[in-house]
Amino acid sequence: MKAISEVSARVAVLDRPDVDTDQIIPKQFLKRIERTGYGQYAFFDWRFDEDGNERPGFELNQPQFAGARILLAGRNFGCGSSREHAAWALQDAGFDVVIAPSFGDIFRSNAAKVGIVIVQLPEDQVKELMESVDLDRGSDLTVDLEALTVSTPEGKVFPFAFDASARYRLLNGLDDIDLTLTHEAEITAYETARATR
Amino acid sequence: MRLQPRAAWQDFPEWPLVAGRSLLEKVWDLHVVRDEPGEPTLLYIDLHLVHEVTSPQAFEGLRLAGRRVRRPDLTVATMDHNVPTLPGPVTDPMAKAQLDALRANCEEFGVELHGTGSGREGIVHVIGPELGLTQPGKTIVCGDSHTSTHGAFGALAFGIGTSEVEHVLATQTLNQQRPKAMLLEFQGDLPPGLTAKDMILGAIGQVGVAGGVGYVVEYAGEAIRALSMEQRMTIFNMTIEWGARAGLIAPDETTFSYLEDRPHAPQGEDWLRAVAEWRQLASDPGSTYDTHVVVDVTELAPQVTWGTNPGMVVPVTSSVPDPKSFTDSDDRDAAERALTYMGLRAGQPIEEITVDRVFIGSCTNSRIEDLRAAAEIVRGGTVDPRVTALVVPGSAQVRRQAESEGLDQVFLDAGFEWRLAGCSMCLGMNPDVLAPGERCASTSNRNFEGRQGRGGRTHLVSPQMAAAAALHGHFVDVRALAAEPVAAS
Repeated sequence: MKAISEVSARVAVLDRPDVDTDQIIPKQFLKRIERTGYGQYAFFDWRFDEDGNERPGFELNQPQFAGARILLAGRNFGCGSSREHAAWALQDAGFDVVIAPSFGDIFRSNAAKVGIVIVQLPEDQVKELMESVDLDRGSDLTVDLEALTVSTPEGKVFPFAFDASARYRLLNGLDDIDLTLTHEAEITAYETARATR
Repeated sequence: MRLQPRAAWQDFPEWPLVAGRSLLEKVWDLHVVRDEPGEPTLLYIDLHLVHEVTSPQAFEGLRLAGRRVRRPDLTVATMDHNVPTLPGPVTDPMAKAQLDALRANCEEFGVELHGTGSGREGIVHVIGPELGLTQPGKTIVCGDSHTSTHGAFGALAFGIGTSEVEHVLATQTLNQQRPKAMLLEFQGDLPPGLTAKDMILGAIGQVGVAGGVGYVVEYAGEAIRALSMEQRMTIFNMTIEWGARAGLIAPDETTFSYLEDRPHAPQGEDWLRAVAEWRQLASDPGSTYDTHVVVDVTELAPQVTWGTNPGMVVPVTSSVPDPKSFTDSDDRDAAERALTYMGLRAGQPIEEITVDRVFIGSCTNSRIEDLRAAAEIVRGGTVDPRVTALVVPGSAQVRRQAESEGLDQVFLDAGFEWRLAGCSMCLGMNPDVLAPGERCASTSNRNFEGRQGRGGRTHLVSPQMAAAAALHGHFVDVRALAAEPVAAS
């Protein structure tokens, strides 16, 4: 996992509640056995019509959001299926940060594992950020994982809470399994104790 | 198994039970490998269920890192998500590659596989309980959100992503933050003709699809105690649909008699010892919860979803809601989008909605009691000529049982198709999909856009309601079909 500390980038707005992982990555793309290459399929059924043409009305097809690395989304983002393909697709589509009022629990965990920064802010602050975005020309935000802040170009700053251990792993790009295996002796001790109970 | 907190149990083996602990705390504490301030808990996993869709990248990760599966004996695999339900070879090359990969991975890493044709294959959340692998007090994970199903046994069971699948394969543990606890009480007696599906859909309609985010929910109340294990599993299966990653309920006589003599259940003296331990898995008096929700079941009517998430649900006796009736602007916009997608108009009576397809199956409602309940409605009737109707048993075992009871013939005589076991049209990864615009009465768990096929329109209902819709070509109130109450499921 690559380390991540600050993302200062174009922001895209998807102001809908309860965006489920079936929408983020539709099931027809789950048959691949690779971990990469899902970005082209992100939000596929929303992005393209049945003839494969881009739907101009879909938020993320708007030109001012092109190249966005930060996604501003509605509450309960990533609810539903446990498919980690949703996190892979978002990351491969360029998103390093998702900001929303709340997230599906499994998606939140998957996103953290792959190195997407999940920023939870109160609903009114997310709305305020959404309103601050220039919907004609597009605009940027800065998400600082060291300082735990989201900042607008106008200098408005929104602090956010973040799990300390997850932050440490993200900042240092650490692999979860490697870390857990440093506790190998404790796992073995637990297994031995359970076996002899 | 000693039901004591880890630190105490490790240091003072004879320390007595701590009073006032909830079921969640008891199961959690028993599985703590490591608990350091400021870090997530390292939790031991007793059972890891694996299927073809969310595992190939995890096995590949092990291979790349030169790691093995730490506990193949605690890992069980099956094929369910993209298996065809008609006999014959897998014709989709990508599905075939994924199924072949699972078989090869299980062989390479020494994992037991209940593959297609083994006679024990089926939907992972159907075969776990059926084989007696699912047991009270266990921690159970699977790369599938409906792993919450196993909570019906008093197991702490939740869905995980592929990185976590790899983590469990490699370490048999997971890093987890201690969840918040909620108590959801089903109050009152369930009226005749109502089912577990109506209870959970009604509950989701009340608490909303995000009501359980961040919680493990303990279910309580006479209405759920009165249910069979299979009916309870329907409720637990859909726990994730209101955002709670896991549900729990204290195991009871219903649980024990379901498990007794199952292939993987403890036998003989081990069984007696296990039941004695399992009896301790109830929340102590004085247990505390972060939230307490009450759902009154006495006023429930059969439920039908009208929108694109399971919280968009109304009684069959009512009509499609008007988006303007929602006070929250996000909800209003979502309802408007849902009506457009679903091809419905505000105020349309639910009973006037016609269906093209009926799907009876999925990890929510494909067990033998579900099929019996649906067959009771179907017996002697004929599927409406405008409808194509499908029954997909949850496992090879359920299919055999149903055939031994003649249920297959009841469905076939009425014009249903009788298929092989699998996830099938719940998520349409195999050839069983809706065409764009087709409308389906489905016993599954998700009515998300495109879930059953791109452009397909899903209405979630109970098996009885789905069976009745198949015969009538539109939704009908099953309570009106017979003077005798419909057998609950």
